[in-house]
Amino acid sequence: MAGADGDDSLYPIAVLIDELRNEDVQLRLNSIKKLSTIALALGVERTRTELLPFLTDTIYDEDEVLLALAEQLGSFTALVGGPDFVYCLLPPLESLATVEETVVRDKAVESLRKISHEHSPVDLEVHFEPLVKRLASGDWFTSRTSACGLFSVCYPRVSSTVKAEIRQHFRTLCSDDTPMVRRAAASKLGEFAKVLELDYVKSDIIPLFTTLASDEQDSVRLLAVEACVSIAQLLPQEDLEALVMPTLRQAAEDKSWRVRYMVADKFSELQKAVGPEITKNDLVPAFQNLLKDCEAEVRAAAANKVKEFCENLPDDSKENIIMSHILPCVKELVSDTNQHVKSALASVIMGLSTILGKDDTIEHLLPLFLAQLKDECPEVRLNIISNLDCVNEVIGIRQLSQSLLPAIVELAEDAKWRVRLAIIEYMPLLAGQLGVEFFDEKLNSLCMAWLVDHVYAIREAATCNLMKLVEKFGAEWAQNTIVPKVVAMANDPNYLHRMTTLFCINALSEACGQDITTKQMLPIVLKMSGDQVANVRFNVAKSLQKIGPVLENTALQAEVKPVLEKLATDQDMDVKYFAQEAISVLALA
Amino acid sequence: MSAISAAEKVDGFTRKSVRKAQKQKRSQGSSQFRTQSSLVELSPLPQLKDAPTTEQQELFCQKLQQCCMLFDFMDSVIDLKSKEIKRATLNELVDFVSTNRGVLVEAAYPEIAAMISNNIFRTLPPSDNPDFDPEEDEPTLEASWPHIQLVYEFFLRFLENPDFQPSIAKRYIDQKFVLQLLELFDSEDPRERDFLKTVLHRIYGKFLGLRAFIRKQINNIFLRFIYETEHFNGVAELLEILGSIINGFALPLKAEHKQFLMKVLIPMHTAKGLALFHAQLAYCVVQFLEKDPTLTEMVIRGLLKFWPKTCSQKEVMFLGEIEEILDVIEPTQFKKIQEPLFKQIAKCVSNPHFQVAERALYFWNNEYILSLIEENIDKILPIMFGSLYRISKEHWNPTIVALVYNVLKTLMEMNGTLFDELTTSYKAERQREKKKEQEREELWQKLDELRVKETSGMLNNTHSLQNAQNNNNTSAK
Repeated sequence: MAGADGDDSLYPIAVLIDELRNEDVQLRLNSIKKLSTIALALGVERTRTELLPFLTDTIYDEDEVLLALAEQLGSFTALVGGPDFVYCLLPPLESLATVEETVVRDKAVESLRKISHEHSPVDLEVHFEPLVKRLASGDWFTSRTSACGLFSVCYPRVSSTVKAEIRQHFRTLCSDDTPMVRRAAASKLGEFAKVLELDYVKSDIIPLFTTLASDEQDSVRLLAVEACVSIAQLLPQEDLEALVMPTLRQAAEDKSWRVRYMVADKFSELQKAVGPEITKNDLVPAFQNLLKDCEAEVRAAAANKVKEFCENLPDDSKENIIMSHILPCVKELVSDTNQHVKSALASVIMGLSTILGKDDTIEHLLPLFLAQLKDECPEVRLNIISNLDCVNEVIGIRQLSQSLLPAIVELAEDAKWRVRLAIIEYMPLLAGQLGVEFFDEKLNSLCMAWLVDHVYAIREAATCNLMKLVEKFGAEWAQNTIVPKVVAMANDPNYLHRMTTLFCINALSEACGQDITTKQMLPIVLKMSGDQVANVRFNVAKSLQKIGPVLENTALQAEVKPVLEKLATDQDMDVKYFAQEAISVLALA
Repeated sequence: MSAISAAEKVDGFTRKSVRKAQKQKRSQGSSQFRTQSSLVELSPLPQLKDAPTTEQQELFCQKLQQCCMLFDFMDSVIDLKSKEIKRATLNELVDFVSTNRGVLVEAAYPEIAAMISNNIFRTLPPSDNPDFDPEEDEPTLEASWPHIQLVYEFFLRFLENPDFQPSIAKRYIDQKFVLQLLELFDSEDPRERDFLKTVLHRIYGKFLGLRAFIRKQINNIFLRFIYETEHFNGVAELLEILGSIINGFALPLKAEHKQFLMKVLIPMHTAKGLALFHAQLAYCVVQFLEKDPTLTEMVIRGLLKFWPKTCSQKEVMFLGEIEEILDVIEPTQFKKIQEPLFKQIAKCVSNPHFQVAERALYFWNNEYILSLIEENIDKILPIMFGSLYRISKEHWNPTIVALVYNVLKTLMEMNGTLFDELTTSYKAERQREKKKEQEREELWQKLDELRVKETSGMLNNTHSLQNAQNNNNTSAK
């Protein structure tokens, strides 16, 4: 690279290294983050012979600096001279892969994985694989933990003797004395299995899997559940029963709730991996048990999977299994003692209607929906309402509307403003599904009430909601139902409400079109320019700027311009500012 | 672990208060309970003290077996009669092993171990409160405490019985047993952890063969706590036990123990909940240093490495620990670390948080530290001077300014000439620093320019003409 030759003397390595040694951690960190610049200044040759040895020798620093270093080295290949020299990066990364701090170590492993692909097969065997072996037999647990993440990247590209060694090392780490190492090995078991030849999966991985799945520590056992998914995908169907299922059954009934939780959490993946037959025979009863688990955590995780599980059941027995096995459990969960369980269920239960079709939905699911709509916990109700569209497709929303209304009204008046906010966001959707008549009759007053909520975020959302409603129901509807109410608020004694009028006009002008804006809204805005509160006045200026483009040009010149000019001489600084801004944006000067 | 509920998404602010309002100090059952099915009602057995001596042993074992039965305490009205029978029996058993001699025959050991394991070993249930803050929140209490407490009580009396024979008991109280016991230290119930602490301490004292194993497992728990979960309720209790274990270490210290100090105890200072166990942790560290003063340098450098960057509360704790260490430091060791240490202290005294500054300045009230500073005033004064001088003029808090004046006065009295020199050179020093800073910036600017040139140089190969323009542009700037 060109930079190095002429400028060498300018950047003696000592100066650069001084920067990397700066007493101030922040400065040191900055220097490390620009390590590539330093390497560029040094050129590839001196980066290899001077910079990297320095980095390798002096690795004792704040973890944050080490983290930055580990990250940098992952994309350093070009700076040391390309793939032919990439092995030069191994020594510093090896040291980083042994430090205590997990984030540093993980980053070092990530970088090592990245540069492993840039090694030629020969370099991989000569340089990379020995590093993995050294880490795997390190004294302190950190290096062995790091090794676990490196086996799978070098295994596919080395000779069969080396492969045998790698398998041996992995086996050893799976029965390591330290639970941290076993956890690391268990978490990489699936990934490693994927790169192994099928025979070795059966002869090596399965015994390891079985052992890890019955480890004395539940933190190890639960990781084996994750591996189970990958392993099951690799094996032919006929081997699953003998090799995987005993372990999986045991995990689903583990005495530790953490393991059962993991099974519940991975249930859909497991279901896909083991196929329809095993699902019918084994997973259905297992799922029922998880839905009835004594720990709420487990029940909630399982409840979350109800829809996906049902969806993926084999077609020939789907309905039967759902009706006779799953639905009874679901019915019980609707009145669970734990609100997290109920709300997890509420977030997916509506999805069942598409699977079951109209008649079963009306007969079996509808009562459940209705019960959940009356649940004491607002999030349960909210989850039901937010998924109404699924039901709408199947049975239409009318079936629900009688129960829906009290639920909506109650949520709309919930003491927590975030609950109110959430329900506002569903209003346009509900309005679309319930139709304009129902809306006018039952919900319109709610939407208007939100405009005078005492929380700004609600008032803001309410204006935005009005805009969406107008987009749905059209300008004529707006003129008859909304605009009069909005305009009336301009005379409210509370200035916050008067401002809401302006915000509504901002939001509605475009959807309502030129005619309504000029004839009905503009006069109000102009009238408010004489408001005694400065905040209202400068919002008038802002509103005029906003609705200006929608107005007829004559109105703009004849009515808006004089008002803005008057505001531009207001005694309040902000009013002046926004008036002038509006004048220049609308090109009225 | 619990799924993120809609309410959490919906309402992040009132979450905690609402949750607190909803649960009035709930207690927890244990996950293991469900494994028991079809409860048989217990029937009372005759009193041990009324039984003839020949039948006493058999009755004792029968009662132990009876106490293996577990009950659901989440349901407060179920099995009331049986619960009461078990409670009374446990009370009787506690009394029996603590007052009688010669009752611990060999045949009783497996029954005793089985009764204890059955009752206390269980998977701890998920925390009711996923972000349980031990400093603020009420702990969830174990529902079956009325029984479990008596079992622990019995366990302790059993271990403390003069007839207790570790050689027999070690068949039952083995590695697996200890491992399960250690996991229970994660219990949220402080009453349970307190019992566990005493029990584990007794076991460590009586079972020599388990000592290394216990230390290693505690090691693993701590490492998991530091680097993986950041959550374990019993850290303080385990550290308390370790404090007395370290006290008993023979000299010279084994490599294993030193490794534990440097790779486990020191990194533990990074934990988020340090406040909950800092006193115990600092005690352990100081114990080590009292045993082997040559470890001082490593320990202080370790603490400096993990010095809190943003948490003032933790910084105050670190300063407290440093003072505890300085209280026992040998003057030769002090010389080895004075430079890096006082650079940190100089930063602390100029901390805008007055509690940190105040805590650091209090060092000057410590006679022993003062004598160490005086001995090394030539080294320390130049390090401290800049910060002290600056904050004596700038700190917002009048208390700090007053303290700094006192400190400056003390230092001046220690070496007046040096003090005067530093005062006169203060400005020049600041300017030199500024100049150095400027040079740094220039260096980096040059490096960045070089980088720009490099990248455009690469373009150069393909678009030489365009690049010439680029170069002109850069030079024009």
